[in-house]
Amino acid sequence: MHTKTLTEISRGLQAGDYSSQELTESYLKRIKQHTALNSFITVTEDLAIAQAKQADAMLAAGNAPVLTGVPIAHKDIFCTQGIKTSCGSKMLDNFIAPYNATVIEKFNQAGAISLGKLNMDEFAMGSSNETSFYGTVHNPWAENTVAGGSSGGSAAAVAARLISGATGTDTGGSIRQPAALCGITGLKPTYGRVSRFGMIAYASSLDQGGTMTQTAADSALMLQTMAGFDTKDSTSAEQDVPDYSANLNNSLQGLKIGLPKEFFDDSLNAEMATAIETAINEYKKMGAEIIEVSMPNLKLAIPAYYVIAPAECSANLSRMDGVRFGHRCDNPEDLNDLYIRSRGEGFGTEVKRRILVGTYALSAGYYDAYYIKAQKIRRLISNDFTEALKTVDVIMGPVTPTPAFGIGEKTKDPIEMYLADIYTIAVNLAGLPAMSVPAGFIDNKPIGLQIIGNYFDEAKLLNVAHQYQQVTDWHQQTPQGFE
Amino acid sequence: MQWETVIGLEIHAQLATNTKIFSGASTAYGAEPNTQACAVDLGLPGVLPVLNQEVVRMAVKFGMAIEAEVADTSVFARKNYFYPDLPKGYQISQMDHPIVGLGHLDIEVAGETKRVGVTRAHLEEDAGKSLHENFADSTGIDLNRAGTPLLEIVSEPDMRSAKEAVAYMRKIHELVQYLDICDGNMQEGSFRCDVNISLRPQGQTEYGTRAELKNINSFKFVEKAIYGEVERQKEILEAGGSIVQETRLYDADKDETRSMRSKEEANDYRYFPDPDLLPVYISPELRAAVKADLPELPDTKKQRFIQDYHLDNETAYKLASSKELANYFETVVKQSNCEAKLCSNWVTVELLGALNKSNLSIQESPIAAPRFAELLKRIADETISGKIAKQVFEFMWNSADSADDIIEKQGLKQITDSGAIEAIIDKIIADNPAQVEQYLSGKDKVFGFFVGQTMKQSQGKANPAEVNKILKAKLKR
Repeated sequence: MHTKTLTEISRGLQAGDYSSQELTESYLKRIKQHTALNSFITVTEDLAIAQAKQADAMLAAGNAPVLTGVPIAHKDIFCTQGIKTSCGSKMLDNFIAPYNATVIEKFNQAGAISLGKLNMDEFAMGSSNETSFYGTVHNPWAENTVAGGSSGGSAAAVAARLISGATGTDTGGSIRQPAALCGITGLKPTYGRVSRFGMIAYASSLDQGGTMTQTAADSALMLQTMAGFDTKDSTSAEQDVPDYSANLNNSLQGLKIGLPKEFFDDSLNAEMATAIETAINEYKKMGAEIIEVSMPNLKLAIPAYYVIAPAECSANLSRMDGVRFGHRCDNPEDLNDLYIRSRGEGFGTEVKRRILVGTYALSAGYYDAYYIKAQKIRRLISNDFTEALKTVDVIMGPVTPTPAFGIGEKTKDPIEMYLADIYTIAVNLAGLPAMSVPAGFIDNKPIGLQIIGNYFDEAKLLNVAHQYQQVTDWHQQTPQGFE
Repeated sequence: MQWETVIGLEIHAQLATNTKIFSGASTAYGAEPNTQACAVDLGLPGVLPVLNQEVVRMAVKFGMAIEAEVADTSVFARKNYFYPDLPKGYQISQMDHPIVGLGHLDIEVAGETKRVGVTRAHLEEDAGKSLHENFADSTGIDLNRAGTPLLEIVSEPDMRSAKEAVAYMRKIHELVQYLDICDGNMQEGSFRCDVNISLRPQGQTEYGTRAELKNINSFKFVEKAIYGEVERQKEILEAGGSIVQETRLYDADKDETRSMRSKEEANDYRYFPDPDLLPVYISPELRAAVKADLPELPDTKKQRFIQDYHLDNETAYKLASSKELANYFETVVKQSNCEAKLCSNWVTVELLGALNKSNLSIQESPIAAPRFAELLKRIADETISGKIAKQVFEFMWNSADSADDIIEKQGLKQITDSGAIEAIIDKIIADNPAQVEQYLSGKDKVFGFFVGQTMKQSQGKANPAEVNKILKAKLKR
């Protein structure tokens, strides 16, 4: 049953081909068989079975929503009432949220089954899942390589078919990059499309929840449930949610695809360039028109991001102070000792690094030179995209510079690690929606094609991705040992 | 050397909303610790602030009342510092783009009117409270107050004396209550003040180095703290020293200030725009609605009282200082049909005197305005004299009876029947021949003796005008 896509599973459940309980039990069994991947932080077996029984009753009664009984799992960044929400950190290893994130609430109402909470880089800071307090996630395609990050647990679990779909979050590429490295379909929606309430903040102006699935059609179903305005999140958009599945089969004849020349310069790995070109050729065959665009400020995305995101995180993570929840050091001598040791012990190296960078960037005398300048660059990058998207429908390029790298390969050099997100980060700065779609293999390791669209144009992106998946089978490949 | 004192005030007025500025939790005072703090107030991971639109309306109202520029767009910023009663590790405030810009208001000190500039007013959330008592070796945290909306009102350094500073503080205190945006309760901390003080040689244009006195919550303490601080700075300067820029704490029990932290130790708050909140946009519709809703303000009211009721400036200022007091006065004028002057005297002298003695506000007056108007009506129609009216007032204060019932029951009705008064006077003249002799021989002062005797014999009920008239006739020289 695990080979089925989320869409197929939903159809089977609605048709009564199998029960949600059967399905849930079978997935739980797979999760147990593949603990070596380390994709889960928490498996909520009893709760999943209870939810499945309820879903079966809903299905039997008829008129059940499309995700009823479908087993998925959530990145451990979404607060779940009564269940540990660790955010991949020792700091929150003991944190049990007294409320559900809006996204969780919506999936619960839609009758989806949650099998548990997925591993991630600590507080979503990382590109390899190596910063997690719960250990590195292994890429199911090659055991000694990373699954990517920060939503590495989500990507690995979907790729290994331990779940039919997962939630993820993307601040600088954290959905798209692991999706690409694990050969699955990832969608980061427009900033504001999905509520951030209950999604533990890393960089509030960049964070966005999204989907990680086998196919674009699956993604459409999940996004349908997740998207929408939320009164609890002032930055969520008061925009109607279209039917994301309605336009999947639209023809791509005349589609204008922009290729930023900055993505395809000499610095792009030759094998990656070939793979992306091959993918673009499929689109040409479908009648798309290829147009070169230029976005001169893209090269500034990484430095701008590594000022803005750390600045925001330095404040966002201040609430982890050992006073009201989370890790508290033993026998604090006084208030300062309580702060210093609780935070010193609770946070990992990468989190500390970003807090320090952000604190520095916001300090008196540096604020204008760093934070304000980074915000100006951010605006320039947004403008580049806006200009380009006036002439094209979507922009395409690679998701990552290379396929999955080795575990431990880049942990010594943070800059090297940051460059893993060079093609994804600009999209977050602009707040645009983007997808990663499986587009082939390099050295038997999957790679992704990135599709970037205009604001709130997720339906178009899904259509463009779905059409590609009608003529290719990269997304149907299953890693060895997980068939 | 002659020193000039320069004072600026930062006032924190708690906005009188039912719920907090960024959450739905109640703002009611005095609940059990941590019973009015929701997940947002506790700063749990994942929660987000949502702006209470009521605070925006209130801030706009204040801005309009001080004729300030109300910003089309204002921005919330994070003020970062660690403290156990600050749950998020930052306070949501406004920095570069406050909701209310430059405005002003007029104060009166010793009969002189002075205009004080208001630099800005911005919205922010309050922190919780640390409870140091009742916990051995540890500190309790009560987050009920965390997230309570505050309007921080920052003045220009325009005040030159403690008296001016207090007058300004009182004026703001009156104004926010007039506008129904703050309950003004200083004991509960709804209205508190930081004072910036510096000295400079008379005639110098640059400001001296200032010290900031934190969190003073009474007019009296503000005045005393300023006197003390001015003396402290003067001593240092005259001894050739220089003032350290620092934050000082006023200890009301010892009536002295002590240093909290110097400029070097001051926090770098690392302000930056809060990415969880959108900029606040003030629509023309909101502006129009708030403007339409604006009550008559104290200054306008005072002018009207002077014009319509011919009150003197001081009385008009006093009566217009509180909306409730002004309403009380106007109700009394209308319902008693008495001269406004008489009404204002009775309200400001007798009523306010009694209220002050019992430490009651005008709203808590045991005598409501309509009942008070009945009393004045009886003075006007000469049923009772002013002196008797004070007795009636006493009875009214301690009972719910009407003025008429008291006059009737106590037999306090004025004797206006000239026959009855004449009889009393005749007897007094007959009984006091010596005094008659003195008066007739030119000692005018003795006339008062006869008036006094007559009032005494009539138990104060004789109409004084009538008594005068008859006595004059009977003792004709």
